[in-house]
Amino acid sequence: MSEGLYSMEAKDFDKTLDLKKVKPYGDTMNDGKMQISFTLPVPFGDEATEAAKQLLKKMGLKDPLVVFSRELTPGFTFFNCYAACTETVDYTGIYVPKVESAVMSMEETDEYIKANIGRHLVVLGASTGTDAHTVGIDAIMNMKGYAGHYGLERYEMIDALNMGSQVANEDFIAKAIEMHADALLVSQTVTQKDVHIKNLTELVELLEAEGLRNKVILVCGGARITHELAKELGYDAGFGMNTYADNVASFIAQEFVARMQARSASEKE
Amino acid sequence: MIMENKLGLDFKQVEYARSLAKKIADDVQEFADQYTTIAVERTLCRLMGIDGIDSNGVPLPNVVADELKDAGSLSQGALYYIGNAIVQTGLQPQEIAEKIAAGKMDITKLPFSSEDQIKTAYDPLIKVALDRIKQRRTRRNHYIATIGEGSQPYLYVIVATGNIYEDVVQAQAAARQGADIIAVIRSTGQSLIDYVPYGATTEGFGGTFATQENFRIMRKALDEVGEELGRYIRLCNYCSGLCMPEIAVMGAFEGLDVMLNDALYGILFRDINMQRTLIDQFFSRVINGYAGVIINTGEDNYLTTADAFQEAHTVLASDLINEQLAALAGIPEKQMGLGHAFEMDPSIENGFLYELAQALMEREIFPDACLKYMPPTKFMTGNIFRGHIQDALFNIAGIWSHQGIQLLGMPTEAIHTPYMSDRYLSIENAKYIFNNMKSIGDEMSYKPGGIIQTRAATVLNNATDLLEKMVSEGLFTSLEKGIFADVKRPRNGGRGLDGVVRKGEHYRNPFIEMMLKRV
Repeated sequence: MSEGLYSMEAKDFDKTLDLKKVKPYGDTMNDGKMQISFTLPVPFGDEATEAAKQLLKKMGLKDPLVVFSRELTPGFTFFNCYAACTETVDYTGIYVPKVESAVMSMEETDEYIKANIGRHLVVLGASTGTDAHTVGIDAIMNMKGYAGHYGLERYEMIDALNMGSQVANEDFIAKAIEMHADALLVSQTVTQKDVHIKNLTELVELLEAEGLRNKVILVCGGARITHELAKELGYDAGFGMNTYADNVASFIAQEFVARMQARSASEKE
Repeated sequence: MIMENKLGLDFKQVEYARSLAKKIADDVQEFADQYTTIAVERTLCRLMGIDGIDSNGVPLPNVVADELKDAGSLSQGALYYIGNAIVQTGLQPQEIAEKIAAGKMDITKLPFSSEDQIKTAYDPLIKVALDRIKQRRTRRNHYIATIGEGSQPYLYVIVATGNIYEDVVQAQAAARQGADIIAVIRSTGQSLIDYVPYGATTEGFGGTFATQENFRIMRKALDEVGEELGRYIRLCNYCSGLCMPEIAVMGAFEGLDVMLNDALYGILFRDINMQRTLIDQFFSRVINGYAGVIINTGEDNYLTTADAFQEAHTVLASDLINEQLAALAGIPEKQMGLGHAFEMDPSIENGFLYELAQALMEREIFPDACLKYMPPTKFMTGNIFRGHIQDALFNIAGIWSHQGIQLLGMPTEAIHTPYMSDRYLSIENAKYIFNNMKSIGDEMSYKPGGIIQTRAATVLNNATDLLEKMVSEGLFTSLEKGIFADVKRPRNGGRGLDGVVRKGEHYRNPFIEMMLKRV
């Protein structure tokens, strides 16, 4: 049980940072230290602790230490553990698809739209399907915005309409046609059983069936949404945690301009 | 409870604000009294003993109420037609509903009996229904008197596995860890369906359906664990949306103890038509009041969209209105779980003092209410470690200000529906603080004119101003203007308006009067 805790032993691993072999950091380079907590459906006791340790070892962790365990209800034991990771990742070879546009402030985006587009952009947003949560779409669209980032309604050069929650994909598309929307924002908060994937996919399919998919900039967002997932599902961009109206507005404006330029280039050819 | 005044609140102003809220509520009630809805009539079908589904899975109360609606007869009410059918056919309501479902009877086309005959036919059934609810109330009181209950603030946690049988495992675990109230989260979207699903359910998104069978299953599980622990465990579900009074009656039959029950919430956050849901709300609250159910109102949600510091007064104004609407429905103060929340941006300097001021203010203004205090959600970031501390500050404010129901925050808020271990950590957090700081509120007084007293006075002033404006405009127009939560809703917009009809000359609902008189 004494592994790690106030150990006086010399640490016999290489303490040099190698970005090709990155490991977790506890208090010394390459010590691999991680904290892990989980529940096992077994009663509290020495066997439970041993089960937790064995599981950690199977996860590629060495020197597992179960520092706390507690039976939550008969037959379920909760563990807090520490262990050292033996696996590494090559950080230098990582590629993550990202929204490429530069993030501009509200004022900059308004100026950019004025200078490069010369008219208001129409942006329609909703939390679609059965999702009853408006928190995501409100944070991006509402006048007040979120965490000090004003929402799209406050942008001088954006006409924003937030349809709220539980909007059927069909109604969303009908409104998009009616408003001649340039961009559609879909928020998905509930992700249990991957309901958001089904719903987001359905919207793309409906837009394609209507021949609208390429006429709009299609964006999704939510705590569980990544840009990579969004691209995979056929969206132009995805915005996850820690992104705000600025990110979304900057992307829409720049994507719109990029498409204008692509169109005029192909017309010249 | 003796009214405390440690905040230096002007109680004349409180009474004035309350009188304004009463005017607003009376205005709504005058409207609601003239109408019924398809949900109210389905509720009366259930009270007459109609239950079950037809061969297509449509609940029989819907079959009966839809037939009346399609025939343009809803305005005379279900009791009139069911009572008449009993007289004309000698059958019981359930048999009548089954015949309608099978296409073998049209209750709108039977010969009409006299009003007296009809009343004589349904009166005994009313007594049966009231007795059934009373038995449940007595059963709860007996449990509390014999095995006891947790002390306030009650620890309230949710279960949301989406499968009622898995919910049972989670609920019993939570009770053993110390929870006093278990709320079974409904499937997202249930508030917008105009029927109540039937039977035990093992599916749903973000929770499983509220059904009478699910209520029964969970009640039984909580009684078992309550007896094991020597502590009565309360069961909570959601009596909002398009089936408000129906869910109220199902809960009353199955011994639910707490119900989210707030039309304003449905209007603002689910886009339910305001006329429909305020009419539905009245009957649902009459039932909840009679059944001894604590209602919870949803003001805390205003602060998830609007700013919690700027808009604190809208919560108080709405609580005052909800208090008056609840009183009109015969709900005693100790069953009023008026909602408020700890939702300010944690980066605000002295934010805890403002939160505490508001929590104390709610307590002083509603001394006997079973106040429902909601945890931080909006500024929970995924940093579970800080989140646990935010929840600790919330728990400190809760015990300090003697809240009725403490809806426990989870460190994993905004990440997933709670794991068993999340709930354990949250309950441990609350129990530690509630025990360790038990009497802090009794020991403390507040600096005259200090931050806390000033904050409370400001919120009360702003709430009073808001109520003054609302009195002249009425609740409906105020909602159209987006007075709460920055959300605007048109009077004739949203879902469910087509289920509203003006009461006709034969319309009767004797339950309202009998329940209000606690017959």
